[in-house]
Amino acid sequence: MSLTEKDKAAVKALWAKVAKSADAVGADALSRMLLVYPQTKTYFSHWPDRKPGGESVKKHGKRVMGGVALAVSKIDDLTAGLLELSELHAFQLRVDPGNFKLLAHCIQVVLANMFPNDFTPEAHVALDKFLANLALALSEKYR
Amino acid sequence: MVEWTEQERSIITSIFGNLDYNDVGPKALSRCLIVYPWTQRYFASFGNLYNAEAIKTNPNIAAHGTKATYAELSVLHSEKLHVDPDNFKLLADCLTIVIAAKMGSAFSPEVQATFQKFLAVVVSALGRQYH
Repeated sequence: MSLTEKDKAAVKALWAKVAKSADAVGADALSRMLLVYPQTKTYFSHWPDRKPGGESVKKHGKRVMGGVALAVSKIDDLTAGLLELSELHAFQLRVDPGNFKLLAHCIQVVLANMFPNDFTPEAHVALDKFLANLALALSEKYR
Repeated sequence: MVEWTEQERSIITSIFGNLDYNDVGPKALSRCLIVYPWTQRYFASFGNLYNAEAIKTNPNIAAHGTKATYAELSVLHSEKLHVDPDNFKLLADCLTIVIAAKMGSAFSPEVQATFQKFLAVVVSALGRQYH
């Protein structure tokens, strides 16, 4: 399900609207993921706490959205653009790739919640495809 | 058996008590058909689903849905409708997104967790009578 030119345009248009709130989106999405899918907390046992809206979560949400921003800028070749991040996730973080779609869902819930008029079904399908392709690019170096 | 706290029960009751089924239902279903187009395979008889606009204005989509017990609904979906149970999760995710858009700041992480737990139980119940 690769990205058409129409998908890429829709993702960039949506991103233009939400980018300035990226940090808040990241923090909220991560908080929700940790609460709604408690098994994801296992990756963060080294944090002082995993509380929704806590400092660790906010800082990490910002970092994750930085990755999403990078992906938007490299939308024409995600595999090449996210190579370093893929190596990080494959060899150091070793996050089970099944979890990428859990975070993707939470990002979309937050966008629907914060931008109900912009997160139309058309924007939703383009972003869903984009996040799926992002996850695939991130999994590239796993094996 | 799934266990529910008093707080979870009250969150679910409150969400559904304030829900406009005639608005949220068609919105969630049409979003599912747009975001996951392969789900349209189950609605071939509904007429024009050719693009997002057609789906959103299709009267059959808007009218879709009846009430029954979960056992009956499960048998209906497996024996008569032949719906792949993976699709239930897709619709559940679209419903979560529509509710998130409607409820704004009231849709806190805790409320989302409770709502998704409820939908997971419904999805499981719908899948139970498949063989």
